[in-house]
Amino acid sequence: MKLSDMARFNWLVVSRHRFRTAMVMLALIIGVSAVNLLIGLGEGARLFILGEFSFLGKNTLIVMPGKKETTGGMPPISGESPRELTLRDSQAVQRLPEVRLMAPLVVGFAELSYQGRLRESLIVGTSRDFMQIRKLIVQQGQFLPQSELEEARAVAVIGRKLKRELFGPEPALGRWLRAGDRRFRVIGVLSSKGQSLGMDFDEVMLVPVASAQALFNQEGLFRVFAEVRSYDYVNNAKDRILSVITERHDGEEDVTVVTQDALLASFDEILRTLTLAVGGVAAISLIVAGVLIMNVMLISVSQRTDEIGLLKALGADGTTIERLFLSEAILLALLGGISGLLLSEAILAMGRSFYPDVPLGSPVWAKVAAFLTAILTALIFAYIPSRRASAMEPVAALNEGKGVS
Amino acid sequence: MTFMSSPVEAADLVELKSVDRHFQLGDQTVKALDAVDLSISCGEYISVMGPSGSGKSTLLNILGLLDQPSRGEYILDGISTTTLKDKARAAYRQSEIGFVFQSYHLIPRMTARANMELPLMLAGISPKERAARIKPLMERLGIADRAEHLPKQLSGGQRQRVAIGRAIMMKPKLLLADEPTGNLDTASGTEVVKLLEELNREGITLIVVTHDLELGKRARRQIRMVDGRIAQDVLAGN
Repeated sequence: MKLSDMARFNWLVVSRHRFRTAMVMLALIIGVSAVNLLIGLGEGARLFILGEFSFLGKNTLIVMPGKKETTGGMPPISGESPRELTLRDSQAVQRLPEVRLMAPLVVGFAELSYQGRLRESLIVGTSRDFMQIRKLIVQQGQFLPQSELEEARAVAVIGRKLKRELFGPEPALGRWLRAGDRRFRVIGVLSSKGQSLGMDFDEVMLVPVASAQALFNQEGLFRVFAEVRSYDYVNNAKDRILSVITERHDGEEDVTVVTQDALLASFDEILRTLTLAVGGVAAISLIVAGVLIMNVMLISVSQRTDEIGLLKALGADGTTIERLFLSEAILLALLGGISGLLLSEAILAMGRSFYPDVPLGSPVWAKVAAFLTAILTALIFAYIPSRRASAMEPVAALNEGKGVS
Repeated sequence: MTFMSSPVEAADLVELKSVDRHFQLGDQTVKALDAVDLSISCGEYISVMGPSGSGKSTLLNILGLLDQPSRGEYILDGISTTTLKDKARAAYRQSEIGFVFQSYHLIPRMTARANMELPLMLAGISPKERAARIKPLMERLGIADRAEHLPKQLSGGQRQRVAIGRAIMMKPKLLLADEPTGNLDTASGTEVVKLLEELNREGITLIVVTHDLELGKRARRQIRMVDGRIAQDVLAGN
């Protein structure tokens, strides 16, 4: 029997038993769309979170004070570190030929005030390179000037929200504001970068690194960002930075150099595992659909005994009958699977339109897996009913309708 | 033992050699067929009669390869079918044997045309050739204008003609009819019988199982069964 004929034959079966078909399809739709939806949600959440944290480019290295003993652990809490990361260390890093941009980082909180308006704010002391490394855009004025790192100029670049809250509609450029016991002249306002879990640049004040050191009375750097000329040099540069600083610290390897990828990798893995786990749980619902398919097919076989007998009388062998019933189950699975995918994609698209920031959507492998699981479930659970149909004696099947004569 | 001179040959189409068919009913063994010997030549017209439970339907099922003998040998067209596997038996049913049933056995969700198409579909014949074969046959059976009707929209006589069309679609040598007029009124019954006899005149070997004495008497060779045995095997006019 030709495949096209089989499809047509089964289409008639499926379309004549609407309720039965609808029930099986519903079960499959729920199963397939649950898998696709949950993986889509998980992936969306994963990408969203990674996006929030991946504020650095691929070829940016992060130098942290303190030695991380094993991968995956937290860097030691400050204080445990015997030696601080100094401005001179960062300058040594900058002099390396592989390093294109370098930004030392000193962070702290201080109270800002302007004409009686007070606000607690995150203050970041850094260099001009920071703008390029973090891809910041200045809306008004200019960014921190290119100057010697030790030069503690009293200038500041502020985030948009900070500007609005301190200055209101008034222009901020050129105004002096107070931070702790120091005064800074506003030379630039950042353009909005949107929410970023790493650091919200709408509410931050950026000052030269030496000014921040003075403000917080703190020598040690929180971090040093170093952007390498090309991704190919990343590993090389990592070793060079480590050896340069080790040498400067009397041969003691007391800093950690990591890429952002390495930081995010373990995080990523956890999120991925979670996504797979919920997808797997959803896949179990397909087994429920499978049991339903088996029951429906068993009923179908017993309702159609004389049809099976007839087909055998007309020359169908057991294999043909078996294929006929298996293909009926596959047809149902195809219909249910496609509808389930369409439904879940529609829901994901709806979700994206409500939350444009979260990249909801399942990867292709998830759709394929959901679909194939549906087909496979149908095949497995239709196997017993199909075998039963194929094993029927033609004469017994034909006489069923007639009763005993 | 030749009753009719076939133009080509008079070889036996069917040969049963001491065939038994036993059924187990509880702890009782029922002998539906008991040591039946039977030879049928190509082109014969045979009626099988007898009381209920005499084994005539069982005989027909065995001849049609729908059922297997418990003992004995069945030779169809020169080949012993006793040891054939399911696939080979199915192939024989497909190409050599046509069935006509009392209750038509049409698939209710399929049109008259689709029902007639079924054996061709099972044989894997292309849609184009199927259409070419069905059209003239439907015209001959007088159901061409009913091609797209479902069985429930057809009269009994029309349904049985569709079923006969389906049975002879693959041009079998052997046509087995089990009470073909049992569900029909006299007029359409007669029509169906005439159609079957016409097919027989064209060369098909026709075996009709019936209760209807009048129908039975029309056959050239009449077999009467009692208790699973052939009690009488006579030629008409003798």
